[in-house]
Amino acid sequence: MLNAEKRKTFLLLIPVVLVLVAYVLYPSIETLFESFKKNGIFSIQNYTDFFGPKAEANLEALWNSVYISLLSVFFSALIGVPLAYIFNRYNFPGRQFFSNIAIMPIVLPSLVGVMAFMFLYGEAGLVPNFIRDLFNLSEVPFSIGGVTGILLVHAYTMYPYFYMTTSSALNNIDPSLEEAAYNLGSSKFKVFWKVTFPLLTPGLVAAALLVFMVSMASFSAPFLLAGGYRVLSLQVYFSKINGDLEMAATQSVILSVVSISFLLFMRWYQGRKDYRMASKGIGAHRSEVNNPVLKWTMVTLGIVAMIVLLLPHVTLLILSLVPEGAWTWQTYPTNFSLENFILLFEDPNIWDPVRNSLIMAFLACIGVFIFGIITSYALVKRSFIGKNLLDILVMIPWALPATVVGMNLILAFNESSPFSFGNVLVGTFWILPLAYFVRFIPLVVRSTTAVLEQMDDSIEEAAQNLGAKWFYTFRRVVIPIIMPGVLSGTLLAFVQAVGEFPTSVLLYTIGNRPISIEIMNQLRMFNIGQAAAYGMIQVGLIAIVMYASYKFFGVKAENTL
Amino acid sequence: MSTVNLSTITKKFGSVTAVKGLDLLIEEGEFFTFLGPSGCGKTTTLRMIAGFYYPTTGKVKFNEKDMTTVSPEKRNTSMVFQNYALFPHMTVFENVAFGLKVRKISKSEIKKRVQDVLKKVRLENYIERQVSQLSGGQQQRVALARALVIEPDILLLDEPLSNLDARLRDEMRTEILRLQREYGITTIYVTHDQVEALTMSDRIAVFNFGECQQVGTPIEIYNKPVNDFVAEFIGETNLLPITFEKKNEKQFVFQSKDLSGPIYVNDTETNIATYNDTDELIMSIRPEAVRLDLNKLDGNNIFTGKVSLVQFTGASVHTYVTVNDGITIRTTTLNQGPSTYFKEGTVVYFQLPEDQIRVIPKAKE
Ligand SMILES: Nc1ncnc2c1ncn2[C@@H]1O[C@H](COP(=O)(O)OP(=O)(O)OP(=O)(O)O)[C@@H](O)[C@H]1O
Ligand SMILES: [Mg+2]
Repeated sequence: MLNAEKRKTFLLLIPVVLVLVAYVLYPSIETLFESFKKNGIFSIQNYTDFFGPKAEANLEALWNSVYISLLSVFFSALIGVPLAYIFNRYNFPGRQFFSNIAIMPIVLPSLVGVMAFMFLYGEAGLVPNFIRDLFNLSEVPFSIGGVTGILLVHAYTMYPYFYMTTSSALNNIDPSLEEAAYNLGSSKFKVFWKVTFPLLTPGLVAAALLVFMVSMASFSAPFLLAGGYRVLSLQVYFSKINGDLEMAATQSVILSVVSISFLLFMRWYQGRKDYRMASKGIGAHRSEVNNPVLKWTMVTLGIVAMIVLLLPHVTLLILSLVPEGAWTWQTYPTNFSLENFILLFEDPNIWDPVRNSLIMAFLACIGVFIFGIITSYALVKRSFIGKNLLDILVMIPWALPATVVGMNLILAFNESSPFSFGNVLVGTFWILPLAYFVRFIPLVVRSTTAVLEQMDDSIEEAAQNLGAKWFYTFRRVVIPIIMPGVLSGTLLAFVQAVGEFPTSVLLYTIGNRPISIEIMNQLRMFNIGQAAAYGMIQVGLIAIVMYASYKFFGVKAENTL
Repeated sequence: MSTVNLSTITKKFGSVTAVKGLDLLIEEGEFFTFLGPSGCGKTTTLRMIAGFYYPTTGKVKFNEKDMTTVSPEKRNTSMVFQNYALFPHMTVFENVAFGLKVRKISKSEIKKRVQDVLKKVRLENYIERQVSQLSGGQQQRVALARALVIEPDILLLDEPLSNLDARLRDEMRTEILRLQREYGITTIYVTHDQVEALTMSDRIAVFNFGECQQVGTPIEIYNKPVNDFVAEFIGETNLLPITFEKKNEKQFVFQSKDLSGPIYVNDTETNIATYNDTDELIMSIRPEAVRLDLNKLDGNNIFTGKVSLVQFTGASVHTYVTVNDGITIRTTTLNQGPSTYFKEGTVVYFQLPEDQIRVIPKAKE
């Protein structure tokens, strides 16, 4: 009977291990091998090239990536932390509304966000041109591009990490701690520095590391805005386009090493010291702002923040109403219609990408849904040798930049392998759903693991004790209990798969091109209206999914990051 | 209904031995309690009966049937977990019906039986509630109903009352007993609350460090503990190391280095436990058996000391008497009004009646 338990664990683990080895481990190893090949022969030439004088571009790109990531962390924190403090600690008219707006950047897929920023603040952007006309200047007063552009987009899209961690940390701080400090005679400022801030640090460090990793991996922003500025994630793409797969592999390996070291550092830091409160969920005390000057300053601040935060969404909406060929030389578009949206339903060429995105995201989600349940269950409720190893394997796709995941799949499946049942997957429809699947495994596993850990073992035992067999228990008891966690992870995966750009651009074919790729194509053809319309579709899909998951499953967007 | 027969059961977790050489026979319809301090192996034993653990060595039998390695879902035992383990996504009805559904019983029959059992636990008005909306006591009754409705051969209860407040605990004790008598199910109850064990059980097994020290009715356990561990664990007692001096025709005579003068103990089975010549001996006397007086008493085993502490508990008064600035004897008397309380510092006489003392061996580690 002891063996029956072991057999069950074993049967559960077979598919999990197979999938992970086939689509995570094997591709990574293929990339590693490829990076040690020069013209098909083993050598460390690629690495000497990377760090040597011959290809300064690579080293430069590495430093640029690190530099941009550091600055992104700095600016995101600069926006996110004060905003969270103000919105969570002071009560003023419209506070709740502003704080809901504050997380709006997360509904913009990165490519769409960058596009909106380009049209807002770029050379031909609406804002600089508007200011020029307003003050009768001869040239635009400013425009973004290169490093500033990337940084601005990063700050906009990544400050929510800081905002959310700070908000939740502030809400979890027991107000009596601060009150105790006041009671002992500390000034407001001192209380912040000596009590509140130290309690926020663990969250802040985690957010900083996360932003760093996301910036290192960032692809869309440099892709559209970098100009001649080199960053490593983009270099991988260029090497691949130029057909130098060996160099692309080398760059991938180096990018991964940086990302994974940060992930390890983050794990180490989080495991090191825990300031979590014994008493939880007390909810922050909000000080009522009575001073009218201060109060209205805050309201103004809220309004300004809201405008800045929503401008990209609004721009996208406006641009999506500009029909093809209607905005060429004018400073501002003048002609608006619903043509771009109507075309979606009439022109199969325009509808295809939407359908492709939906189908591929859906396929990937079915995959992560099933895989996530089985894997999390095995990881949390079963004991076996090599559990830690499996845990790491599951989290690897999370640590790897999307470009690297794409490269790994290219290098693994551009030839037939047993894991693709003898087929060459690159260049077929299936490679993209597979890429999305691999990318979003960790999302579902993490959210499912969290609920499973809450579930007491005795629940399963109770069912068994009442006479239920293992599978019946699993189906009728375990799955219903963990469903909210699984669904929240899967929905987030869906949202991200619909907006996914970096792996798409590396792996798409004409037949399965998703929305993101079509946006890029339309931009190339200067068909801005249609690109924006696609963007709106993505935003719309994401908004619907998030709303539905909140409404029906009580899953809050804030909690899924 | 079944008997439960555990023979020479040992359970090891790696290098930890949770249960050591356990032999037990639990009768049909009996209310049997496992009692012992934390970590002594009660839950482990219970889980071996339920089938969640398999013994390292030894056999589990229900009636004469060997169940040692039968999987839990095939044992027809039902367990009430310490945390109730209700299914949080189901209503009260669905929770209780779960075991019946698994047994493929018809819908109408399920409905009838669930309603019946919920009436018995007085929850018929909560049938459609989500279990998270119930109070602790109500949840506990749902767990009990869920366990009873499948008409198990054996009911297993693992500290089901430990999460409740004192009053509810009293209420639930009576409820559990009432239901157990009504269904007549063999019941094994785990607790480390001795009052609970004494008031509810037909028989008790006292555990320590994975070993069963004594099995007996509550009266046997309290009045005739087999060693100092049992004596001390059940109820209050005074323990004094003693050495054998001589035997008269009807009495044993012992010496204690803490008390001046010999100690006489009647030579009956109640007063002298079985022991070996190599055992260290200890005498145990319950506080309520000690006689206390301001004036010199007549008879054997009379000593004197100074009152060091008086505790008033309502129904009774505890008086601590210190002898020669050394040992302290604890006594308990019924409350008979303020005039009968002693003042601290008073010199008093006390008697350890020779028919109330029990001489026991020291428990082996
Ligand atoms: N799964 C396990 N793995 C390792 N050791 C265990 C396991 N379960 C129990 N033990 C050990 O076995 C011993 C007995 O545990 P058990 O849970 O049976 O105690 P208990 O009498 O129920 O205590 P309590 O009153 O605290 O519930 C303890 O020392 C415990 O640490
Ligand atoms: Mg226990």
